[in-house]
Amino acid sequence: MVTILFDGIAYGMLLFVLACGLTVTMGLMNFINLSHGAFALAGGYVTAALTQKAGLPFLLCLPLAFLFSAVLGMLAEKLLYRRLYQRSHLDQVLFTIGIVFMTVAAVDYLIGSQQQSIHLPDWLRGRLDLLGGSIGVYRLFIIVLCGVLALAIQWLLSHTRFGSQLRASVDDPRVARGLGIPVNQVFAVTFALGCGLAGLGGALGADLLGMDPTFPIKFMIYFLIVVTVGGTSGIMGTFFAALLLGIADVAGKYYVPQIGAFVIYALMVAVLILRPQGLFTRGGSR
Amino acid sequence: MNSVRYLSRRLFGSLALSTTLATTLGLTTALGVIGTSAAQETIKIGLIVPMTGPSASTGRQQEAAAKLFIQQNGSTVAGKKIELIVKDDTGAPDTTKRLAQELIVNDKASVLLGFGLTPLALAVAPLSTQAKVPQIVTAAATAMITEQSPFIFRTSFTLPQASVPMAEWGLKNGIKKVVTLVTDYGPGLDAEKWFSDTITKGGGTVVENLRVPLRNPDFAPFLQRVKDASPDAVFVFVPSGFGATFMKQFSERGLDKSGIKLIATGDVTDDDLLQEIGDVALGVVNTHHYSASHNSPENKAFVEAFKKANNGMRPNFMAVGAYDGMALVYKALEKTKGNADGETLVAAMKGMSWTSVRGPVSIDPETRDITQNIYVRKVEKVNGELYNQEFATIEAVKDPFKAAKK
Amino acid sequence: MTHSVENAMAVMTRTARWSHWETLFWLASLALLPIFPNKALLFSQIAIMGLFALSLDLILGYAGIVSLGHAAFFGIGAYAAGLMAKHGLGDPTLGLLAAATGAALIGFVTSFLLLRGSDLTRLMVTLGIALMLFEAANRFASITGGADGLQGMMVKPVLGLFSFDLYGRTAYLYSLTILFLLLILARRIVYSPFGLSLRAVKANSLRAGAIGISSATRLVAIYTISAAYSGVAGALSAQTTQLVSLDVLDFHRSADVMLVLVIGGVGWLYGGIIGAIIFSLMQDWLAGITPQYWEFWIGLVLVVLVLVGHGRLQSYARMMIDAITQKGRVTRPDQRGTS
Repeated sequence: MVTILFDGIAYGMLLFVLACGLTVTMGLMNFINLSHGAFALAGGYVTAALTQKAGLPFLLCLPLAFLFSAVLGMLAEKLLYRRLYQRSHLDQVLFTIGIVFMTVAAVDYLIGSQQQSIHLPDWLRGRLDLLGGSIGVYRLFIIVLCGVLALAIQWLLSHTRFGSQLRASVDDPRVARGLGIPVNQVFAVTFALGCGLAGLGGALGADLLGMDPTFPIKFMIYFLIVVTVGGTSGIMGTFFAALLLGIADVAGKYYVPQIGAFVIYALMVAVLILRPQGLFTRGGSR
Repeated sequence: MNSVRYLSRRLFGSLALSTTLATTLGLTTALGVIGTSAAQETIKIGLIVPMTGPSASTGRQQEAAAKLFIQQNGSTVAGKKIELIVKDDTGAPDTTKRLAQELIVNDKASVLLGFGLTPLALAVAPLSTQAKVPQIVTAAATAMITEQSPFIFRTSFTLPQASVPMAEWGLKNGIKKVVTLVTDYGPGLDAEKWFSDTITKGGGTVVENLRVPLRNPDFAPFLQRVKDASPDAVFVFVPSGFGATFMKQFSERGLDKSGIKLIATGDVTDDDLLQEIGDVALGVVNTHHYSASHNSPENKAFVEAFKKANNGMRPNFMAVGAYDGMALVYKALEKTKGNADGETLVAAMKGMSWTSVRGPVSIDPETRDITQNIYVRKVEKVNGELYNQEFATIEAVKDPFKAAKK
Repeated sequence: MTHSVENAMAVMTRTARWSHWETLFWLASLALLPIFPNKALLFSQIAIMGLFALSLDLILGYAGIVSLGHAAFFGIGAYAAGLMAKHGLGDPTLGLLAAATGAALIGFVTSFLLLRGSDLTRLMVTLGIALMLFEAANRFASITGGADGLQGMMVKPVLGLFSFDLYGRTAYLYSLTILFLLLILARRIVYSPFGLSLRAVKANSLRAGAIGISSATRLVAIYTISAAYSGVAGALSAQTTQLVSLDVLDFHRSADVMLVLVIGGVGWLYGGIIGAIIFSLMQDWLAGITPQYWEFWIGLVLVVLVLVGHGRLQSYARMMIDAITQKGRVTRPDQRGTS
């Protein structure tokens, strides 16, 4: 039981890191980005390549994956996504689906469709007994790392100038612009950071979730659920939503395997019926 | 005023539609009759396998094996030229059906081979019955497939064939309490049922039957349940391709050190993936009908030729299924002296037996399913590479599912 | 006052009228069968895809609802028809009715979830419903056949006379007829007062509400109708291929149908059919060349379409068609359709 809780928390933390970039994209720019998973894919594949082929230590690959995806995100935003902020949601959906299809097919073609495996260092293998349950060392590592990240992001948002600019822009972009905040630049940087985080999440999650070309499509749904349930007005909403969903999913599959995956979808629909703007939204204008 | 014109136009339109419908149907029937082909000097064999998607490795192995067979045995049999047409059905049953239909109608294929998953084989069954075209299943492994059409043959294997011996070995080796963990679809359910029944009949107990969904399998919660149940052994079946993920999660959860023995059908330790799975697979006992390290002169030659033609890729049981499928076609054609008529080929294929690279095989004339040896193997390191080393043989195993019906 | 009202009526009647090229189009599609008898199966699939896209057009083009889960209704229809065929009620017409009713019911119920919330909410709800149905079909494998697909379907001959043959001829003519009939019905709906009020709601729901047009009831109504249409398309697919697998509820089916509709043009009913033709031919051609990676080209088409602006393309195409077919028609700028 405790083990399942740990597993759920680890999964939830991973979902958080993967999805928080998407929260800002949707909340700040009202841009529906279904290709978010592609940046996670990039991070995962880069880490796999670096650990397997170049033999780099796993810990070193994590920041590299972050940087790689962040740079990719920055380029993509500048060249592609920027044109779509003013377009209808339908256009955004179509465009980003197109990007995903292209990415999936390209990766399949260039690298092949088998699962990528990461060479984990020995100290990350094995299990620990903790508080009455056992947990894999790797999962514990994920929980700790993602927890630290969540705190860092929260600190960034509340104690830096950039963070307050970001929060202002999310709350009301028009007024923020009126006050002289360079909303577009803020967004560009945030988008890059979000993609970087997704890449990091991909690197961390590759071993746990499996990294193959169809990753963006398989997990896009989970990211969207996290963002929808958590609401798009703040990172904390995403955090709690991700935890809730991670635990619900793992527990559901363990205790009632007959309807396992159903739980997460039913939860989402229930939330959408009761609170369409998400569970943890503050009332903001839009 | 306008509505009257509108109505009368529509009336005219529907009248026109119905007359054109009738004439079109008549025309096409006439044209269809004229269009039937004359005697063929080329016999076309359609190979429909998933080359993309999660079962892509099946398609890859089967295409390579079929092409190797033609390369080794020539593309002429009994005076007729053989043409192999390979199609990718991406693992979707409606695509398989459409491709099969096109192969039969447009390309006039005489035999269809392949079918990487049970639903793909089932989709084509009514077609082969209607068109009277032999359908040789070289990959799918659910027992009831061959019952869906009198034109279906199989050269792969069935899960009951592999699962029953595994249970029997388990019982003989002190395994009393088992949990089964299978993927929730045809072959998985076959494996679960036959393994559990054999264990129970032999005095053991099956504590739990766990089923993992076919799409997006997440083994973690299920493996946790296995651990919590602490049986003597866990019996596993996952389709070839998922073996690596499964083994990784198995060891990640510490199950390999928990004293729970892992027994499985050979799909988990698929030759194609075994190297990648790594040392965590060492010692896993499993049952299957083919191992790349099978010690026979035919197999050694086959493995070498296969590796040479395919960049060192090791053949697995999927490849052998396709290889033997081609062998069956060739032998049947030799027997019928080149007559590729569906029913004639079916009669010729029944009862055919030969020495395959996996061991001796024969096609049961009543069930049209394959009778073959099943080997109990253990994963060991041979010359630095992992192989399923055979250490026991159960000879001439018929499919238990149909045998029990008699 | 009255002059402009007369003018408006004249314009609307003219747009609603059956035009020559439409007759030509349908006759041509019939003629396809004797010309390409080997491709009857492909044509049948195009017709079914066209109907499916038509159903999406009803909510996307005329009500502005972006749905990522329309395959849900397609799947419901397919399983309904399949289950009926499996349990002895294999008459195709009966199957279509069952499919339409079942899908309409679920559509009606879920439409209430779409009334509140933003575009994103609607997207997620539709997606969520489709996913849940997929999981449900997977779980209740004893009824649906699960991952193995529905077995034992016995589809009886259409109207008791035309049995489904190996070449797909009956399948094509059957699908084509249903498509034709449903398109005529859709035309009547769209050009009716109800349909026009729907377009008003789409254009500006606030303003429409101010003149007394309730957007809620209209959305519910059109969503239900669209669901019924999808259900029929699903039933056709099940009956003509005698096969229902979990694929009918898969996400890629929802994504594909959106692409089809966008290629053909949103909001003019024929867009779905034209899109289906282009898409299927492209898919057939590309799959022959690069069987593994044609998804890449589909993605590329989507990206290019959006970048170039499918709305713009559509209005250009429509201008051309107008110029060719209806010379001397009064074309006013505000008549150039929604996009």
